[in-house]
Amino acid sequence: MSKVDINRVIELEDKCLKIRKDLLNFIYRIGMGHLGGELSIVEMAVALYYEYMKYDAANPKMEDRDRFVLSKGHCSETLYTIFQDMGMYTMDYMVEHFETLDTAKFGMHSNRKYVPAIEVSAGSLGHGLPIAVGMALGARASKAPWRTIVMVGDGEMDEGTNWEAIMAAGHYQLGNLVAIVDKNQVQMTGPTANVMNLDPLDKKLEAFGWEVINIEDGNDMLQVCEALEKLPEVDPVTPRKPIFIISNTVKGKGVDFMEGNYKWHGGGIAKEQLEEALADVEKNRKVR
Amino acid sequence: MAVKTTFDFDQMLSNAREAYGEELMKLADEGKEFLFTYSDNVAPSSSAGKMVAKYPDRCFNFGIAEPNQVGASAGMALAGHTVFAQVFGPFLPLRAADQIHTDIAYNDVKVRLIGTHSGVTAGGGPTHNDIADLALYRAIPNLTVVVPADADQCRKVIRASMDYDGPMIIRIDRAGSPNIYAENYEYEIGKAIDLLEGKDATIISTGSSLYECMMATKLLAEEGLSVGILDMHTIKPLDTDAIIRVAEKTGNVVTVEDHSINGGLGGAVAEVLMEAGYKGKFKRIGMPDQFSVLGDPDEIYKFYGMDRTGIAKTIKELLA
Repeated sequence: MSKVDINRVIELEDKCLKIRKDLLNFIYRIGMGHLGGELSIVEMAVALYYEYMKYDAANPKMEDRDRFVLSKGHCSETLYTIFQDMGMYTMDYMVEHFETLDTAKFGMHSNRKYVPAIEVSAGSLGHGLPIAVGMALGARASKAPWRTIVMVGDGEMDEGTNWEAIMAAGHYQLGNLVAIVDKNQVQMTGPTANVMNLDPLDKKLEAFGWEVINIEDGNDMLQVCEALEKLPEVDPVTPRKPIFIISNTVKGKGVDFMEGNYKWHGGGIAKEQLEEALADVEKNRKVR
Repeated sequence: MAVKTTFDFDQMLSNAREAYGEELMKLADEGKEFLFTYSDNVAPSSSAGKMVAKYPDRCFNFGIAEPNQVGASAGMALAGHTVFAQVFGPFLPLRAADQIHTDIAYNDVKVRLIGTHSGVTAGGGPTHNDIADLALYRAIPNLTVVVPADADQCRKVIRASMDYDGPMIIRIDRAGSPNIYAENYEYEIGKAIDLLEGKDATIISTGSSLYECMMATKLLAEEGLSVGILDMHTIKPLDTDAIIRVAEKTGNVVTVEDHSINGGLGGAVAEVLMEAGYKGKFKRIGMPDQFSVLGDPDEIYKFYGMDRTGIAKTIKELLA
């Protein structure tokens, strides 16, 4: 049934392993990060940037590029890691310019003025979806042939502004908008189900006028690709249900001592933890 | 030289809210490209309402959801558009503060947030008062904050904003007040205007309060006092040179604003004068640090000494 090329999936899985290793090294060197969420989004981010978005790493401001809005801005280091893999920066440069006051280019929360490939300066939660709704309406107004893709966290969905935006996107039938929730089930102080239950999320989104695509395992590249293959051709004008992808992932994916543990929401890692984590992601890679 | 003003208000009752909608319609008719957003707060019969009817593809209603409206306006700007956003004044700074700070100012987008019903002009009590906005805006980097003096100036601001980079707040009162300028004049965002020359004292004011200030100077003139007025239509960036110049000229400065006396124009002027080593007298007129009494805006102005009589009385006391 699937149009997905399994050889391409395997290539993307290899890329995910490299990104995880680079990310862990990066976080070790800069001494801070949000590894739990940064590891859970790897498959989706890699699939988007390397395969499914209209995107040119050599020209990150290309006029008709698809726009990716990372609303959970605290996971920016995953994007920086992808950007360095794409050749925009070296790892050394990123480390040397990470939160170094007036010479800084990179921060825990991304700034679009410093990193041209970042579409929206983010950090405060609940902002990405309203901004993405505006981008999609703006693209509709100028009949621009690109898609807006916004990624939110499941903990972030507690913020009411998301639901204002979800209502508006359903109202305006924004077929050029795709939202992705990285549903890693854990927020800063514990399981999302305990802090503020979000379920049944699919029914809520459908009731607000969205089409929902559920990915049972959002850390399985084949399933991620199969979901993204379902996206319709970009049509900025014709009203259509916006698409919400619920990507069920694991916080801290790939590192045994981080997986599902809220204590790995934020922080740095020590040398011995880095070595253990690098061994884990190698051991836990999917073998097809 | 002060710009020529008028005290002949009879035929000039005007409304800045209507004026901005008319100017936007004009810009649209001229082929200028911009989008317009609102939050269930544009009456079909208003000038903005007529623009919505004429240009439906560029106007977007967000329902009663100001944070989403402001965030989405930022998104439209990031998609390459100039955006005008009409928001009911009290709910702009208080409800959408995070969006103004992060989505508009920090992301540095070309959005013009038009807050209507400024100060206590909406009536309806403290939930509908917009008296803390300038204090908030002053503390957010990268915002330009403009308060038009009258309907004609509002038109100039809207037009000037098309060619002005970066985020902007335009603060408009509910009902408007008479046009106070008698002649056409050069308007520049960030450059205060000498509205009236005076020898004994200087009022620094902004927005529709300027009309009551003018009437106060008339009352004071009858008692032989010459009081000047500086139209501080841009709160940020603040024209500090003009403040110091007029303060040193008379040595008696009074600020008047439809805003809390804390953190607004009065606070800004005080900071400038203190740092400049000003040794003269100084007094702020505005809403005191309390939730407003209930009543019509005109009555509230009187109650807190923000009307012409109250302003004149405060100035006389300062000069006594």
